[in-house]
Amino acid sequence: MAIILDHVSHIYEEGTSMETAALKDVSLVIPDGQFIGLIGHTGSGKSTLVQHLNALMKPTSGNIYYNGEDIHEDGFDKKKLRSKVGLVFQYPEHQLFEIDVFKDVCFGPKNMGLEEKEAELRAYAALKQVGLADEYFYQSPFDLSGGQKRRVAIAGVLAMKPEVLILDEPTAGLDPRGRDEILDQIALLRQEAGITVVLVSHSMEDVAKYVDRIIVMNQGSVMYDDEPRKIFRHYKELEEVGLAAPQVTYIMQELRGCGLDVNTDAITVEEARDGILEALAAKGRGIRKA
Amino acid sequence: MGIIEAKKLIFEYIRRDEEGNVEGITRAVDEVDLDIRQGDFIAILGHNGSGKSTLAKHLNAILYPTEGTVWVDGKDTMDEAYLWDIRQTAGMVFQNPDNQIIGQVVEEDVGFGPENMGVPTKEIWERVEESLKAVGMYKYRKHSPNKLSGGQKQRVSIAGVIAMHPKCIILDEPTAMLDPNGRKEVIRAVRALNQAEDITVVLITHYMEEIIHADRALVMDKGHVAMQGTPREIFSQVEKLKELRLDVPQVTLLAYELKKSGLPLPDGILTCEELAEALQSV
Amino acid sequence: MLRDITLGQYYQADSVIHRLDPRVKLAATVLFIVSLFIVDNFIGYIIAAVFLACMVKISDVPFRYMVKGMKSIVFLLVIAVIFNLFLTPGEAVLSFWKLTITKEGIRIAVMMAIRLVFLIIGSSLMTLTTTPNNLTDGMEKMMSPLKIFHVPVHEVAMMMSIALRFIPILLEETDKIMKAQIARGADFESGNLIKKAKAMVPLLVPLFISAFRRANDLAMAMEARCYRGGEHRTKMKPLVYHRRDRIGYVVIFAYLAACVYFGRILNLSFLNI
Repeated sequence: MAIILDHVSHIYEEGTSMETAALKDVSLVIPDGQFIGLIGHTGSGKSTLVQHLNALMKPTSGNIYYNGEDIHEDGFDKKKLRSKVGLVFQYPEHQLFEIDVFKDVCFGPKNMGLEEKEAELRAYAALKQVGLADEYFYQSPFDLSGGQKRRVAIAGVLAMKPEVLILDEPTAGLDPRGRDEILDQIALLRQEAGITVVLVSHSMEDVAKYVDRIIVMNQGSVMYDDEPRKIFRHYKELEEVGLAAPQVTYIMQELRGCGLDVNTDAITVEEARDGILEALAAKGRGIRKA
Repeated sequence: MGIIEAKKLIFEYIRRDEEGNVEGITRAVDEVDLDIRQGDFIAILGHNGSGKSTLAKHLNAILYPTEGTVWVDGKDTMDEAYLWDIRQTAGMVFQNPDNQIIGQVVEEDVGFGPENMGVPTKEIWERVEESLKAVGMYKYRKHSPNKLSGGQKQRVSIAGVIAMHPKCIILDEPTAMLDPNGRKEVIRAVRALNQAEDITVVLITHYMEEIIHADRALVMDKGHVAMQGTPREIFSQVEKLKELRLDVPQVTLLAYELKKSGLPLPDGILTCEELAEALQSV
Repeated sequence: MLRDITLGQYYQADSVIHRLDPRVKLAATVLFIVSLFIVDNFIGYIIAAVFLACMVKISDVPFRYMVKGMKSIVFLLVIAVIFNLFLTPGEAVLSFWKLTITKEGIRIAVMMAIRLVFLIIGSSLMTLTTTPNNLTDGMEKMMSPLKIFHVPVHEVAMMMSIALRFIPILLEETDKIMKAQIARGADFESGNLIKKAKAMVPLLVPLFISAFRRANDLAMAMEARCYRGGEHRTKMKPLVYHRRDRIGYVVIFAYLAACVYFGRILNLSFLNI
C-alpha cells in the first residue's frame, strides 16, 4: 500500500530545440503513514513531481503505481485516485468559488458522487479538522482573512478523505504565527487520521520539526532522500544548489568551530539548546578539573 | 523635519453589508506617529491584518488619513497640488510581482514612471540604464518580464521606482511571494540602494531575518505601533513578539532559550557569530 | 493547447522587418489584405506569394512559427473550402450522390483558401516581428487624429497593451485553477453542453476574482508611479520615421500597384483558370 514512482521522467516539448526536462528519472517509494518534506528551490521539479502523484500530469516515460496499480493503465479510475491522493495547491484560497464556506468544502465530496448528507458530514468534519470556528461556516469565503481562507481550501481537499495529503507550500504568505498554526494542524491531523503527508516547501526550518523524511529535489532529480538529520549534514552541498539547512545547523557548526564540542545533528532550537547546555556542562567540568 | 512624518494618523473604513447598510467602522490605523529621516532604513513589522500595509499606503498618498496628517518631504499628502510630487518623492513597491509590472519588456517597464512624469526621452534612457544597473538587472533589459523569476521581477519593480529618482522607497511586503533566494536578492538590492544611494527605505515585512540590518523597526498591532526600537531591542523581547504573532530568527530564539535555562547571555543576539562569541565568554 | 495562439506572440530577432516603424507594418498589413481581395487572377496571387515569401525571408522568423498560427484556423479554412466547393452553382466537373463540384466552385474554393492562408501568414508576420507594445504605440500614433473627436486613443492603446501583458499570466492562472479543481474531482470534459457549462463555474468564478484583484493592484501600482493618462506624458521610445520606413512605404505601394495592374487590369486571360 504505497505510491511507487518507477523511473519517472517528464520532458516538455520533447524532440524540439525547446526540450526541457522537468523530471529526470525519479524513482521513489512513498509508504503509508509517512510524513515527508519535499524541498527544492523554484524550478527544481517539486511541483511537477507532486502533480504526477495524482495523475494531473502524465510522465513522458516511467510508471507510477498506487497500491500496486499502474495509474496510467487503461481503465484505472483517475477520479477516484484524486480523492485518495489529495493535492492542495499553492495559494489554494484562489480556487474558492462557492457562495459560502460550507458549500465550497462540499464540492469535492459531491464530485465523488456522495450523497448530500454524507458530503455535508464530511465537510463539517473537515472544517473542524482545520480548526475553523462554526461562526464562519455560512459566510462567504471571500470575506474571510487570508489564513482562514487557506484553512477552508485545505478542508476542501480533506473532505474527500484522502489517504495521502500533498500540500504545496501551504504556508506561503502567512505570518509566522499563521504558519505555525497551519503546520501544527497538519501534524495533528496526520497523527489523528494516520494519513500520509507530503509537505512541499522551500524552507528546511519549517519542515525540520515535523517530518520523518526529506526529499531534496534539484534540477528535476532527487538529490537527497533521507531523514532530516542526515540531510542537514550536507549543508554545504545544499547551499551550492541554492538551499540552506536550518539556522541551528549553522550555529552548531560555528560553535564546534569555536571549540565547543556540540552535537551538530541538532535540527530544532530545543535540541540545540540541550546540546549546548550539555556540551558546556562537560566543558565546565573539564575546566574545573584543570 | 524628516522625509516622512506622521502625526496622530488615523485611518478608518466603513464596513457595509450586502444591502450597503453600514455595519460598522474599522480602524485600520490608530494614532500612529512617524518620524523618518533621510537615509534611514526603517522596518515595519506586523502580522497579517495588523494595519502595516494600510499605513504604508498613506506614505505615498494612495490612501488619505481619516484624521491626523502625513507629510512627505514636508508636503501634506492631503494637499492635491502636491500629489504627483509626493508620489515621485516616495516610490512604492508592492507585494505581487506580477501585478505591478506594466511593460512587456523590462526596460519599457522601468521607463514607465519617468514617461508619466514627462521626462525627456534621452534622459529616460539614462535613468533606465542606471536604475537597472543599480539592481543588477541591466543584462535582462530586453527580456519579457514573464520569463523572469520572482526575485528578478521584484528587482525590476524596484528599478521602476528608482528611475523616478525618489528620495524614499516604500516596499510593501516585497518578499512575501518569493522563495528564499528571491527574498535574499531583493533585500540585498534594497540594502545596496540605502547604503550607496542614500535612499530612505521603509520595508514592510513579516520575515524577521530581513530586518536585522534596519536602523529602526516598528511593530504594528491592531493599527497602532506596539513596539519600536533597534532590531536588537525588538528581538530581545521574544515573548512579546510571539504574542504579536511574530517570531525571531532561530539564533535569537536559541539564545533566549539558553538564557532561560540559566546561561548569562546578553539580550537580542542576532547572528551566529554573536552567539558563538557570547558562549565562549560564559 | 492555449499556448498555440501565435497572435500577439513576438519572435525576437534583429531583421529589417523587426526594425521597421510599427506604422509602416500596420499600413503594409492592411494594404496586403486589401491586395488579396483586389487580385482575381493567377498572376496576381503569384505576385502576392512572391511578395509574402520575400517578407518572410527577410524577417528571419522561422516559417514554422507562421504555420503554428494557422492551426487555429484550419477548421475555418476547411469549412470555407467545402462550402464553396459544393455550393457554388456553375459548370459541373464532378458529381456524386447529391453533391456537385463545379468549375467555379473549385476556383472560388482555391482562391478562398489562398486568401485565408496568405492573410494569416501576413498578419502573423506583423505580430511576430512587432512587440505588442510597439504595435499599440503605432496604433495610438496612427489613430491620434481621432482625438479631435474625443476618442480616447491613448487610453484604448494603454488598455490593449495591458491586456496583452496579462494574457499569458491569466492563461497560466486558468491552467492552475483548472488543475486545482480537477484535484477536487471536478470534471471539465464529460457530460452534455449544459453540464459542461455548469462545470465551468468553479473555474470562472476564481478566475474573475483573480482578474479583478490583479486589475485593482495594477491600477494602484500605476497610480503610485504617477500615471495620469496621456497628458504630460513623454515617450521612452517615440516613433520616428527613418529612411528604411520610407523605403518600406514605397515597397508596399509598389506592390499594391503591381497587384492592381497585373492582378486586375491587365487581362491575361490565358493564365486564368
